[in-house]
Amino acid sequence: MGIPLQDPVQDFCSALTALDQRAAQGVFEQALLGHTPLQVVEGLVLPALDWIGQGWDEGSLALSQVYMSGRFCEDLVARVLPPSDPDRKRQPRSAIVTLNDHHLLGKRIVHAHMRASGFELFDYGRMGVDELVARAQADRIRVLLISVLMLPAALQVRAVRDGFDARGLPIKIAVGGAPFLFDPTLWREVGADAMGRSASDAARLVEGWMEAMA
Amino acid sequence: MSGAVMNSMQRVLTTLGQREPDRVPLFLMTSLQGARELGLSIADYFARADHVAEGQMRLLHKYGGDCLTALYSAAHELEAWGGEVCFATDGPPTAGAPVLRNAQAIDGLAAPRVADSPGLRRVLDTIAQLKARVGDTVPIIGVAVSPFSLPVMQLGFDAYLDLMHEQPERFERLMRVNEEFTTEWANAQLAAGATAICYFDPVSSSSIVPRELYLRTGQVVARRVLARIHGPTATHLASGRCLGILADIADTGTQIVGVSALEDLVALKAAAAGRVCLLGNLNGIAMRHWTAQQAEAEVRRAIAAGAPGGGFILCDNHGEIPWQVPDEVLQAIAEAVRRWGRYPLSGLDHPGD
Repeated sequence: MGIPLQDPVQDFCSALTALDQRAAQGVFEQALLGHTPLQVVEGLVLPALDWIGQGWDEGSLALSQVYMSGRFCEDLVARVLPPSDPDRKRQPRSAIVTLNDHHLLGKRIVHAHMRASGFELFDYGRMGVDELVARAQADRIRVLLISVLMLPAALQVRAVRDGFDARGLPIKIAVGGAPFLFDPTLWREVGADAMGRSASDAARLVEGWMEAMA
Repeated sequence: MSGAVMNSMQRVLTTLGQREPDRVPLFLMTSLQGARELGLSIADYFARADHVAEGQMRLLHKYGGDCLTALYSAAHELEAWGGEVCFATDGPPTAGAPVLRNAQAIDGLAAPRVADSPGLRRVLDTIAQLKARVGDTVPIIGVAVSPFSLPVMQLGFDAYLDLMHEQPERFERLMRVNEEFTTEWANAQLAAGATAICYFDPVSSSSIVPRELYLRTGQVVARRVLARIHGPTATHLASGRCLGILADIADTGTQIVGVSALEDLVALKAAAAGRVCLLGNLNGIAMRHWTAQQAEAEVRRAIAAGAPGGGFILCDNHGEIPWQVPDEVLQAIAEAVRRWGRYPLSGLDHPGD
C-alpha cells in the first residue's frame, strides 16, 4: 500500500497509524493556518482516513489503528467544525445502528469516520429489527448504516428491509461488518443497497446517494 | 506413510508431528448442529450436558470427522463472570452486555472459580461423557477464550481498545486476573478428558492489532498462559489474519494455528516452516451457498496448498460452522477429504493453477 502523495497527508497518516495524537494534532493545526476548516477536512482528514480504510481492507493496518485514528480525527474535526456549523455537509437524514448484538465497535468506528468527514447522523446504538424500523420511520430517515459482527445479525437485515418495504419507506441501507467481507454477495441477499468494506466507504456511499437524492 | 488406516487420534498426532498420516484430518466444528440432530432448539440443546455429548457423537458418526468439540459458546465463559448468555434460534449463543461497567471496575475484579459456574460445569460434564465414549481414539477439543480476548465481552470492544492504549496499568491488572481464570478453565477441561485446548484469541490477530502491539500484549499473555496449561494448545484467531505474526505465535509454544480464508494457504504453510500445524481455511460464511461441486473444489484447493508433508488439518476458518450451512455441503466436504486427502496426495491441482 502506497503512502499518499502530499507531505502533510503523509505526515498525518504516519501520526495516526502510530497513534501519536500530539503529532496528528500538530499537522492538523499547521494545515489550519492556511486553509478553512472545511478545506482541511476535505484535503487532509478525508484522504488520510481513506488511506487508512484501504490499509485495513488490504490487511496492512489493524482494526485498533482504524479505531484510534477515527477517534482522534473525530475530536480534531469537532473542535473546528461543530455539529451546528453551517459548513457541515448537507445530507439526507441518516442514522447508524448495531443490529442485535453487543459488539458496538464497528458502529463506533464508522460513526467517528462519518463525523470526521463532516457528516452528522443519528446514533441509534444497539437495536432489534422492530424497534429500528419504527424509529427510522419516526425520524424520517433516508439513509441507514447497519453494522453487524455475526452472521445471524447480518441475515436479519432482510427483516429490516422487509419492514421498510411494508411501510413504503424509501430508505437506503448500507451494511458493513465481518460477514459481508467473507461473503461479498451477502449484502444483496439481505436486501441492502450497498456494503462498505471499510469505515471510509460509508462516507463515499452517502456522498453518492446525496447526489442521487438532490 | 501409506497402507494402514489410522484412527482419528493417530491421524491428528501424526500430522502434528509434521508427517503424513493416512489422510488429511478433518475438523468439522459443528458445535451447533447437534441441536438439529436431536430435534432441539439451540437453547434446549445447550441446557444439558448429555444433549451436547449425544449431539456431538451423532455428528462424528454422520460426517466421519476427526475431532469432537465440547464448545458451548464464548458467552458461557462470560456467564461465569456474571454475564448473560443470549440464545438465538439460528446461530451461536452470544454474550449479553459487558459485565464491567467501566475501567475502574477492574481495580476490584477477582477471577471467578470454574466450580461456581453451572454453565462451565456442564461443559466439563460433556467432555467427561465424550471421553467415556471414545477414549483415546478421537481428540476432544476444549476451548478457552484467551485472557487477551476475553475483555471484548467483559468491557466491550471499544472500551477495551481504549484501555489497552491509554491505561497500561489497568490493562496489565486485567490480564493477570483473566490469566488465572483462563488457566484454571483450560486445565479443568483437560482434567475432564479434553485432549487439547483451543486457545481462542481473535484480538491477537493482525486484523485487530498491529504486530508491534501484539508483541507487547497478546503474545506476552499467551506465553505466560500456555506455559501453565497442562496439555497441547491450538491458537485460533477466528478468521483474523496472522501471516505476518505466524512465527511469533509459534514462539508462544502453541502447536496449531487456525488460519483465515483471507490469506493464502501456500504462504501460510511456508511461514509455518514446520513449527506449527495449520488448521483451516474453508470459508464458513460462503459455505452456505456452496454446491457439492464447489465444496469439493474448495477442499481440493486447501489440501493441495496446505497438506503436503503433513502439518495440516482441514477445518473452516472461524472455528464454528454456521447454522445455515446445509447438511449436503458438510457431507460433500467430508466425502472430498476422503477422496482427495489420502496420502500420498495425488490428482490435485498445483496451488495457484
